[in-house]
Amino acid sequence: MSQSASSESLFGIHGAALELRATRLNLLSSNIANAATPGYKARDIDFGAALKARLAGASQSQAEAGATLYRVPVMPSLDGNTVEMATEQTAFAENAVGYSATLEFIKNRVGEVTRAIKGE
Amino acid sequence: MAGPGNTPLTLFGVTGRAMSAQLVRMNAAASNLANAGNVASSDAAAYRPLRPVFAEEMDRRTGLSTVKVQGVYRTDTSAVRTHDPDNPLADANGDVWAAPVDENAEMVEMMEASRQYQNVVEAMQTAKQLMLDTMRMK
Repeated sequence: MSQSASSESLFGIHGAALELRATRLNLLSSNIANAATPGYKARDIDFGAALKARLAGASQSQAEAGATLYRVPVMPSLDGNTVEMATEQTAFAENAVGYSATLEFIKNRVGEVTRAIKGE
Repeated sequence: MAGPGNTPLTLFGVTGRAMSAQLVRMNAAASNLANAGNVASSDAAAYRPLRPVFAEEMDRRTGLSTVKVQGVYRTDTSAVRTHDPDNPLADANGDVWAAPVDENAEMVEMMEASRQYQNVVEAMQTAKQLMLDTMRMK
């Protein structure tokens, strides 16, 4: 496990979720960057499956590798590229919102603990 | 620049290279449009449209893929022969060879390149904002 026991107990599910969201953000950016590359196969992480694996004790990289799948295109193009902008942008937006939400949970947790330490 | 070979590829490496690649595509389309209608005195001397070909460049350590311009090639469409004996470039038969540039296709190419450039910039801005939020934790 890459995360230390203390951060696990402090942030719970959100620490693992934020790491997965960040990886997925990078992967979806790769897809958007390769929108015009012939033969490029778009990939995505099944977030739910990856998080489940992560909580079951798999390492960050194991969870990512196990849940990374190739995108099935709605309409395959002739040059073998499977990037569809609508799909990628929707997934990107969804992931960005998910990232913000998770970050908000973490911030609130940090705020709570800080208040507890200060005794306000 | 970050990438395969030296340092691990980051999100900024991915988007930066993608932007450069789209820029090469836009420049090629602009060159083609600039040369549309150019004539030459032989088939071989006529301008042939430029077309960049992209290839995926994967960093195995991070699993991220970026784009590289594999090469800029000239299309092998044949030049358009027109009979124009008054042209100073005309050959012995009074023919000139015009560059086979399809203006509509080039404009579409340019629009597509600029849209994809915008998409990449948008993705980079969102990711950058999220990174800054995480860094500042507020």
